[in-house]
Amino acid sequence: MAPRTAGSLSARARAADTQAAQPAEPRTSEAQAGTDARPAAWVRGLTREFAGRRVLDELDLDIAPGEFVALIGRSGSGKSTLLRALAGLDRGVTGDLGVEGTAAVAFQEPRLLPWRRVWANVGLGLRTGDAKTVALDALEEVGLGARADAWPLTLSGGEAQRAALARALVSEPSLLLLDEPFSALDALTTITMHRLVLRLWAHHQPAVLLVTHDVDEALSLSDRVLVLAGGRIALSERIDVPRPRERDHPELTALRTRLLIELGVVTEG
Amino acid sequence: MPGNPPTGLLPTGLARGTTPAAGQPTTDDPGPEGLTAPGPDGHSGPPAAPHLSVVPAGLGESVPGGTRSARGKPAARRRNRTWFRIISPLVVLVGWQLVSMSGLISQQKLPPPSTVFHTAVTLITTSNAAYGTLQGAMLVSLERVAIGFAVGGAAGLVLGVVAGLSRLGENSVDPLMQMLRTLPLFGLIPVFIVWFGIGQLPKILLIALGASIPLYLNTFSGIRNVDAKLAEAGQSLGLRRGETIRHIILPGALPQILVGLRQSLGIAWLALVVAEQINANAGLGYIINQGQAFLNNSVIFVALLVYCVLGLLTDALVRLLERRALAWRHGLLDH
Repeated sequence: MAPRTAGSLSARARAADTQAAQPAEPRTSEAQAGTDARPAAWVRGLTREFAGRRVLDELDLDIAPGEFVALIGRSGSGKSTLLRALAGLDRGVTGDLGVEGTAAVAFQEPRLLPWRRVWANVGLGLRTGDAKTVALDALEEVGLGARADAWPLTLSGGEAQRAALARALVSEPSLLLLDEPFSALDALTTITMHRLVLRLWAHHQPAVLLVTHDVDEALSLSDRVLVLAGGRIALSERIDVPRPRERDHPELTALRTRLLIELGVVTEG
Repeated sequence: MPGNPPTGLLPTGLARGTTPAAGQPTTDDPGPEGLTAPGPDGHSGPPAAPHLSVVPAGLGESVPGGTRSARGKPAARRRNRTWFRIISPLVVLVGWQLVSMSGLISQQKLPPPSTVFHTAVTLITTSNAAYGTLQGAMLVSLERVAIGFAVGGAAGLVLGVVAGLSRLGENSVDPLMQMLRTLPLFGLIPVFIVWFGIGQLPKILLIALGASIPLYLNTFSGIRNVDAKLAEAGQSLGLRRGETIRHIILPGALPQILVGLRQSLGIAWLALVVAEQINANAGLGYIINQGQAFLNNSVIFVALLVYCVLGLLTDALVRLLERRALAWRHGLLDH
């Protein structure tokens, strides 16, 4: 299968992509608990300015293979900018980044093409001969097999987002980028979607970068929570609580408070 | 027949793509009609009357029959609504006949529909030295429109795609097309006669020029209005430029391109009328000119009505095409 590389970035980033084979300068700025394998994605000195405002400022980040990372931050802190850079959708970034293998994105809106049947959306960009079979399998996996022939405009919000997940996973990416994919869904649908994402993650084992503004979502899903502030990773905390997690697990409660303080929502003391 | 205002025959058709976005929702008028709440349907009583026999007498009295059967049978209701649309033209026709027959307006100036009908039958069945046959004239006119529209429509489409897809294309094509679109077709006739003579060529070119503009404008803005987020999603899926154009940009622009197609067809018929003022010796325009020369208004009316019918027919054809090509939007309307 032809890879959906996220390597089509700036020339510099593309050059860096190939270097990833010989792990470049393993600066251990991250609290990477004993990962000697090459990271699924890495970022060095990533900077992005919008009209003179520095949104990302010399940001460093490693994501280990199969690691589920949640990225939280205040609105406008550059969460989505970082995700878009990793997806290869932002040509305005400077610095180095690389993705080992391929990256795929599920956006906040499902972004299905309304003029293609659901299965044809999932198969979009697949370069295998039996794209339809592969797409149908992927839809079956997210529980949407019955709607494979439907028009996207007839799907509910949750169904459309599941189709978008199937589309992202159908290429077996090594890095799955989730850009607030649950923020437009109702609470009940979100719970179902959380379970689905964890199940898909366990099955396909991609590294995941979940951008979210929901602290509880980050706490219940991820191996590691990052707080983006001042254009850098201001906080990186591992979570070792086994899933499924109780919301009021003491470790999570303590971490929630820390995160909220870091985000400036709760004042200390 | 889909009852939509014959945009092509109204001067408003000239407004073209100036408000392209507003044009889109109108393409599916039958749909929203089916969606309207059954509330104000007390009026649909008379046409729905046949269904009343199904309702037990006692019930029929207590419940307003029209609304009831309308709720129960949406398909039947839609059919009733379609029939409804014929009433107002019929009223006008009857009024016209009465006014003409009463002598309020001389039959010379406004021949009654019955006379027009007889004239039409005569024109079809007999070949008059002055007029030829009606169907012969229709064929000549149809051929002009078909060729002119094919040439102009194709040019408008291609130029619209070129301008829509690149800045370079926009900067080179758009200024010229914007200038062309303000040119009045009538004003071009003398120039076209000098350049291309009085044969078939100036007529076809005039039609082509008129037809190219709406398709160009709508294709251009249709492409520019495609949701950038969808194109970005395609990019994240590894689509190449050509694939993005084929799978995302062109299908995304299609609804508006079809609006442009309908407007272009409308303009093509308008331009035909103008073009056939150039020394035509056959065609509907020629019949009109002859009718004027022989002071035979009913002949003119026949030719005008044929223009109407042909315009409506081509419009219906495009609507059929729309229904097939934009099937994905019907899901939105049916829910």
